[in-house]
Amino acid sequence: MGKVVPLGGNYAVAYAVKACDVDVMTAYPISPQTTIVERLSEFVANGELDAEFLHVESEHTALSVAIGAAAVGARAYSATCSQGLALMNELLYIMSAMRLPMVLTIVNRALSAPINIWNDHSDFMSVQDAGWVMMMSASNQEAYDEVIIGYRIAEDPRVLLPVITSMDGYIQSHVVEPVEVESDEDVLSFAPKRRTWYVLDPDKPVAMGSVGDPNYYYEFKRQQWEAMKEARQVFDEVVVDFAKKFGRRYSAIETYMLDDAEVAIVGMGSFMGTIKAYVDRARKEGIKVGALRVKLYRPFPADDVAKALSNVKLVGVMDRALVPGSPTGGHLHSDVIAAIKQRGLDVRTIGFIAGLGGRLLTMDNVKQMVSALIKYKDARELPKEPIFIGVRE
Amino acid sequence: MSKPITVWDLPRDELLAPGHRMCQGCGAAIAFRHILKAAGKDTIVVMPTCCGEITSTVYPDNAWRVPWIHVAFENAAAVASGIRAGIEVLKRKGVIPKDRQINVVAIGGDGGTFDIGLQALSGTLERGDDVLYICYDNEAYMNTGIQRSGSTPMGAWTTTTPVGKIWRGEWRPKKRKDLVAIAIAHNVPYAATANPAFPLDLYAKVKKALSIRGPKLIHVLSPCVPGWRIEPDKSVAVGKLAVLTGMWINYEYENGVYRVTTPVPKRKPVREYLRLQGRFRHLSEEEIKKIQQLVDAEVERINKLIGKEVIGPVEG
Repeated sequence: MGKVVPLGGNYAVAYAVKACDVDVMTAYPISPQTTIVERLSEFVANGELDAEFLHVESEHTALSVAIGAAAVGARAYSATCSQGLALMNELLYIMSAMRLPMVLTIVNRALSAPINIWNDHSDFMSVQDAGWVMMMSASNQEAYDEVIIGYRIAEDPRVLLPVITSMDGYIQSHVVEPVEVESDEDVLSFAPKRRTWYVLDPDKPVAMGSVGDPNYYYEFKRQQWEAMKEARQVFDEVVVDFAKKFGRRYSAIETYMLDDAEVAIVGMGSFMGTIKAYVDRARKEGIKVGALRVKLYRPFPADDVAKALSNVKLVGVMDRALVPGSPTGGHLHSDVIAAIKQRGLDVRTIGFIAGLGGRLLTMDNVKQMVSALIKYKDARELPKEPIFIGVRE
Repeated sequence: MSKPITVWDLPRDELLAPGHRMCQGCGAAIAFRHILKAAGKDTIVVMPTCCGEITSTVYPDNAWRVPWIHVAFENAAAVASGIRAGIEVLKRKGVIPKDRQINVVAIGGDGGTFDIGLQALSGTLERGDDVLYICYDNEAYMNTGIQRSGSTPMGAWTTTTPVGKIWRGEWRPKKRKDLVAIAIAHNVPYAATANPAFPLDLYAKVKKALSIRGPKLIHVLSPCVPGWRIEPDKSVAVGKLAVLTGMWINYEYENGVYRVTTPVPKRKPVREYLRLQGRFRHLSEEEIKKIQQLVDAEVERINKLIGKEVIGPVEG
């Protein structure tokens, strides 16, 4: 049994990083991530954690340092969001292709412009193609647990991919919830440091990051696809082990009242809590609505999503990031459609865009979404554009 | 002072394997070879994207007999910092034996150092990370085909500073930024210049740098056969002339003290250096005179730093 402590999401994550006995930590201040590295600095400053803490001059260097540290076999950690993540972008792709493990926490925040420090999923979604395992939590406990689960997946010899964990900026990062903090011993026994990958060692010299010409590049990429498939399997194993060890059970998706649902809302992150609360209310009024939260975003749990939605008449997919000019306007909506169609299911979808740049999301907003789902559930024609929830037109 | 080293003192081990794809006569290849002789096998080499990187590690080939890593263009110093941090903490935690000495050496071109990599380099130097950073400076983006960099000397032709009706090669009407001075401004314990035409000097400087804890920088002139428009058998001659004309001064800085390691009592006129290279072929007498004036000013500055005339006047 761990100890229940009231913690904001950022501090919760810092405790998890400490318990994982991270070797090299490096990050650059950016709201709302900053208090993670503040707390980690305190751990190192007080001698509570034996780690190298590098004060870097940019997020680009933060991830470069992490790559160097992982390349010699150290357990590396960093945290960022928004513009910081955008500045790391080049290196995200490189690190995953070099098959070096680490955990990076994104405290979800809008991307500029206009500059905006508040919560949406623009930053997280912008790196969906970078080859990292990606998870999004919905509570501070889950944000804490994701770090521990993250190192187990990242360093699994079948995977060897870096892992992104995430939580919603301010809504989670700066809001205190009770979090069960496990002992360092228990965490390390669950996620032991195994140094399972090739490292730079003068006794066994290797070259990392060679040129991959047209004869070889493609095969490297093909292997990344396989590694991601392995990660899907390993995720399921790890969360079962985690439940055995700590009693908290996670899965790639979380479903709520879906069994007999006619309509459903699919989304990610902390706002799914409000959606579940609204589902309870609507159910009392006889509306057959359910909800599905995607926790594991990459690899996308397409089978699970399609199966869970297979009997729903109309699905509304809520994206908290906008892709101007794309067919759906939202990353998650496109993924959900692909999962459904690839499996030959006749489930129809509409898209919602909501809560960009920290725009407050309320029960009324969920009501709007459910009303739209009821309006269109038997309609022949569905909207081809996303429905923008809570925007001034 | 200790006995000067000779070629007989250089290790016979070749840690840069033959069969790499660097050009015939490449100044960088000569530099890498001697850097590795000095650093030895207990060395991890970090390279940004550059000529030396793409020509030495085309998968599955690899010319480096030491552990080697390339990540991106602008971050060699940062990756080196991460490697050093990882080694230090893993030593403390008993994963790497505590008494294991491992050198971390980043070797980057002028584009990856003067321009796109300067921020990361500043971070590494400022934090005091125990890393040796070596810039091999061929004075343009040679990897992509001879484009002007922040290190391209005044008047030099490149593909982006072509010689036309209005442009006359590199336009910057002054000395390029001073990489060694930038390093020294970060309060590093050791900084130096070197030149593969003086391999014993280069060797000694790498040795000395690696004996000092903290961030070190060595700026190495790297004659480039295709980029400078010289014959493959002239890269050493051009490197020597760079020093003999004062275009390049081999010196070092150690804890506040400057020392010229290749004194030149009588200088040759810069024309002798310039005329060997096709990239300067278009220069008029007037333009050569301006370059001579820049060199004279730099020689005067260095002599002042040393406190005596170690680089003499142009021979008459």
